[in-house]
Amino acid sequence: MHQTARLAESTLETSTGLDNRKLAMWLFLASEAFFFGSLIATYLLYRGQSQTGPQPSDVFDIPFTSVSSFVLLMSSTTMALSVAAANRGDVRALRTWLLTTALLGMSFLAGQAFEFTDFYHRGLTLSSNLFGSTFYILTGFHGAHVSVGVLILLSLWVMAMRGQVGRHNAINVELSGLYWHFVDIVWILIFTLVYLIQP
Amino acid sequence: MTLSELRGVRRAQEEAQTVERHGFHPTVADYVRVAIILFIVTAIEVAIYYIPSLHGILVELLLALSSIKFVLVVLWYMHLRFDSKLFSALFAMGLAMTIALFVATLATLGAGLL
Repeated sequence: MHQTARLAESTLETSTGLDNRKLAMWLFLASEAFFFGSLIATYLLYRGQSQTGPQPSDVFDIPFTSVSSFVLLMSSTTMALSVAAANRGDVRALRTWLLTTALLGMSFLAGQAFEFTDFYHRGLTLSSNLFGSTFYILTGFHGAHVSVGVLILLSLWVMAMRGQVGRHNAINVELSGLYWHFVDIVWILIFTLVYLIQP
Repeated sequence: MTLSELRGVRRAQEEAQTVERHGFHPTVADYVRVAIILFIVTAIEVAIYYIPSLHGILVELLLALSSIKFVLVVLWYMHLRFDSKLFSALFAMGLAMTIALFVATLATLGAGLL
């Protein structure tokens, strides 16, 4: 009965004719754009102004980060396939693509952990210079967002394995997908502005 | 109305809205095509980074290429191309505020950056 009431509620028309949850997600993503925009602006502001410590060219490994970036890009593809599978009601494909996306996200995080460790051993810490502070804050916050995304994906996968996610609540997969794709487009900008365009 | 009837009504409403608003929904093949383009653009980005003769216009080229990737993901994977214009407006508002922040910050504090 409770489930029926909830479903009836979600069937009601909204004043916009759009799903309020999706509207809220887009508003959240707009605010997130502002958040990451401020972090990227701060990085650019202090770029090339470090007097001591390692510089970007001393620590960046472009081929390695290119592979990480490609992994995250491909996770967006598998996420889009997850959403398509949920909309079709293909639970088997949904489980496969959700797990693949989560694994690709974890691979990206593993790459970031390796990169941070490598940079640390080369003398770049959060407090070594302006580059270290702004770089770790920016990429660390992005990594935290990816971590949250991986937790959401794994939760969805467990729910899908239990038969709790399917065509009837495909919107949940779609909302998670929007968040995941946003994390991906933020990395597209970070990869270009931080790694490829160096002072 | 029973639970199964409500589910049917809801699904029918969603499908009707989808057809009415979107008219078209990307297929698996479309997603794969976008993935191939993303791969090619990323490969070009990394390749031109290592070509010294292009370093004079490196920033412009890289910004253009990353913009292509950004737009492809937003339009196809995030479905803004097919979804309500209100979602696009909300996201554009966030981007516009971000760009304004960029310009204001770099123009006032970052001497020589803009």
